[in-house]
Amino acid sequence: MQLELRGITKRFGPLVANDHIDLVVEPGEIHALLGENGAGKSTLMNVLYGIYDADEGEILIDGKQVTFSTAGDAVAAGIGMVHQHFMLVPVFTVAESVALGYEPTKAGGIIDIKKARELVKEVSSRFGFDIDPDALIEDLPVGAQQRVEIVKALSRDASILVLDEPTAVLTPQETDELMAIMKQLAAEGTSIIFITHKLREVRAVADNITVIRRGKVVGEASPESTEAELATMMVGRPVLLRVKKDSFDPGAVGLSLDGVSMLDPNGNVVLDHVSLDVRKGEIVAVAGVQGNGQSELADVILGLETPNEGSVTLEGKELGKLNVRQHLETGIGFVPEDRSSDGMIASFSVAENLVLDQYRDVPFAKGPLMSPKVVLENAQERTAEFDIRLTRVTDPISTLSGGNQQKVVVARELSRKLSLFMANQPTRGVDVGSIEFIHQRIVEARDSGVPVLVVSSELDEVVGLADRIAVMYRGGIVGLVPSDTSRSVLGLMMAGVPYEEAIASESEEEVAQ
Amino acid sequence: MSEKKQAAPSTASFGQWMKAAVFVGLRSSWLVYVLAFVVSLMVGAILIAISGASIAEAYLAMFRGAVFNYNANNLAGMLKPLTTSIYAGAPLIIGGLGLALGFRAGLFNIGGQGQLICGAIAAAYIGFAFDLPVGLHLFACLVGAMFAGGFYGWIVGILKAKTGANEVILTIMLNSVAALGLNYLLTQSTFQRPGSSNPQSEIIAKSAQMPALLPPPFQLDVGFIVAILVAVFVWWFLERSTWGFELRAVGANPNAARTAGMSIAFVTAMTMALSGGLMGLAGGVQITSTMKYLTGDVAGSIGFDAITVALLGRNRPMGTFFAGLLFGGFKAGGRIMQAQADVPIDMVLVLQSVIVLLIAAPPFVRWIFRLPKPANTTIRDYITLQANKEVAA
Repeated sequence: MQLELRGITKRFGPLVANDHIDLVVEPGEIHALLGENGAGKSTLMNVLYGIYDADEGEILIDGKQVTFSTAGDAVAAGIGMVHQHFMLVPVFTVAESVALGYEPTKAGGIIDIKKARELVKEVSSRFGFDIDPDALIEDLPVGAQQRVEIVKALSRDASILVLDEPTAVLTPQETDELMAIMKQLAAEGTSIIFITHKLREVRAVADNITVIRRGKVVGEASPESTEAELATMMVGRPVLLRVKKDSFDPGAVGLSLDGVSMLDPNGNVVLDHVSLDVRKGEIVAVAGVQGNGQSELADVILGLETPNEGSVTLEGKELGKLNVRQHLETGIGFVPEDRSSDGMIASFSVAENLVLDQYRDVPFAKGPLMSPKVVLENAQERTAEFDIRLTRVTDPISTLSGGNQQKVVVARELSRKLSLFMANQPTRGVDVGSIEFIHQRIVEARDSGVPVLVVSSELDEVVGLADRIAVMYRGGIVGLVPSDTSRSVLGLMMAGVPYEEAIASESEEEVAQ
Repeated sequence: MSEKKQAAPSTASFGQWMKAAVFVGLRSSWLVYVLAFVVSLMVGAILIAISGASIAEAYLAMFRGAVFNYNANNLAGMLKPLTTSIYAGAPLIIGGLGLALGFRAGLFNIGGQGQLICGAIAAAYIGFAFDLPVGLHLFACLVGAMFAGGFYGWIVGILKAKTGANEVILTIMLNSVAALGLNYLLTQSTFQRPGSSNPQSEIIAKSAQMPALLPPPFQLDVGFIVAILVAVFVWWFLERSTWGFELRAVGANPNAARTAGMSIAFVTAMTMALSGGLMGLAGGVQITSTMKYLTGDVAGSIGFDAITVALLGRNRPMGTFFAGLLFGGFKAGGRIMQAQADVPIDMVLVLQSVIVLLIAAPPFVRWIFRLPKPANTTIRDYITLQANKEVAA
């Protein structure tokens, strides 16, 4: 089935989200839609999927014009969509989830769960997936949940599959598996529209690339293009893909963790005797597959959680029983992992969010009296300094794009007097242009003599930023290794293999080759 | 995303301004409130018609009772209803502001009734049991009421902060405790009026009663000034103080507030105490201004009406102030409607309920009137936009 979008235009008030976009997807093609966050990729797909009405333009399937007023119409026409945030019910089984909305029924309107189960089996065996129809969604790892979404779309005879940022939530291994699935589906004639801003993935899997910037198609690219070429097209200017930094010159120990252990409420060990020193003027990056204690480590350092054992010292002062506010007062700048839940308040203005943990400090307040004027002036300065794109600093922060929201959080945390800068996933969900900027700022903080601790599940980020790398696995530190350690060694360590063994097994592989 | 906002061209003609005003007006949330009021009057009209009374007569009686009595034979008589509405609105405004504070912090304080009763008991006791100079006596009554209500609210706040107890259940239960406690107190010798077999207290001393603002026949007294001061205070507290910043932050996103070093427990306890304190003050005003003595139904339905007032005012100080005035008007107008048009005062409850139902679902109101989707463009934005379009064209 051939899909063509012709001159699609979608406006939201003054904002033109899609400006006369043309796109042709041939049968069996993997077509990547590449663009920064907020470039209009998701809007375009929502138009295709019948969620938005286009203001102008038309959709053609096999040369015939179609109109979708609901997602149901799009599904009926053979378009399937896997959203970035899965549309699954955690307490349903796989079979129930796949049947949802199109439930096979027996007489009297009773759901025929047996039929649903067979459908799942049939579709997954046809495409070689290994999915248990009776597993509960909430028990499945993220990668498997995504496969359920794909099966759901395929079970409705989708011949065009839209994947919206499918790899954002996956581990590197799961990403590889997904790519294999995509290639297989394409080989069997399914067209795939692959929305992403990750250059490596595009080059690995796409047949054709359309780059969108600020709502417009800026060009087509072939998968043979280099990452630098693609990034330049996407951002509109040459981008630094590597973090530029000088050699490091660390001073005295700033942050020191000694035998920190913590149990979760169920008694599971989430931190296992973690000992780690971060010196002034060095960046220690914590690598690891998500959920191996990195976030808990950050929470303990900030005082959000109290460890069961061990001590945390900053500049020789034990932080021990201080509350979060007292931790912050010692000069900790903290960028939380999930900005929308922990780093900002959506309904507050940009200006207010820029003082979210400094509102009591002079000059923003004297005693209980806040000074809105100083808060606004601060906002003007910070937004200019950090190149935060906005209309008014008094608008709610929710009106900003994800990248700009993250810049607000980073700007706030870097603008205090720092004794430690700690960032958990500093560039998650942030576009390439902003990533470069945030990385530069973090390096600048290091160069000014601040100890920096970065937690990241993106290996590129870890390798690019770190002076030393701490690899975490199941709550413990597997090893502290230099920043020039190879990816494959890091990968093995992330799976719990100690450094020496990882090195050994890597050289064995080299010998074998 | 525009890089730099252009200043609105000063050359925009009157017609353009009008077009902009219509565009913005149709999309503003205020229109929903006005329309909710209109729809409630229409629903009320149907019920009045069913009950066999004259719709025009009923609403005109209400108007005469709440706003302007054109039948009166002098100007004072004509204007008296308006002052009565304001007078009736004062406790609702104060109470509504108290609850709005809680709502902004994400605390659903349904305990207004109980906190108000505590405030009323304290104010009445100080009012009749002590002999203090004029001015100081009234002040003592109001401060006492605030502390009593504040303490009653603080109990809930501290229980929630320390144990995670649900404030809705706690406040509902404490409402019953306060109401039954009041009935008990009124049978005790300290409170029961000597020589009376009714459960009511002595009348408070003259020095504890709210001085009138206007001479008779107007009822307006200093209670209204108190309401204005409370509104200004609540605005300042929420928008200009560090405590208010914390309160709003905790209400909007407790996780982010915690990460930013705020203490959820402190904010919860403080907010419940302050919310209860203002409810207590409303009880104090009810005693020193309206009732002048304590009875079993001193609270009336103010504790619950205040919830509606806060909701209608969108928990904003200004909005709550005017919502309180509107409900004061309903109260004053409803009485006249009952007396002159023979429509039960309960009709007012219907009107209030319909308004609340509708403002709880703005999309429904927009759908009824086929209004465009809401947008927060200002008139200036619109004109700039149009000018930019013309330039582009």
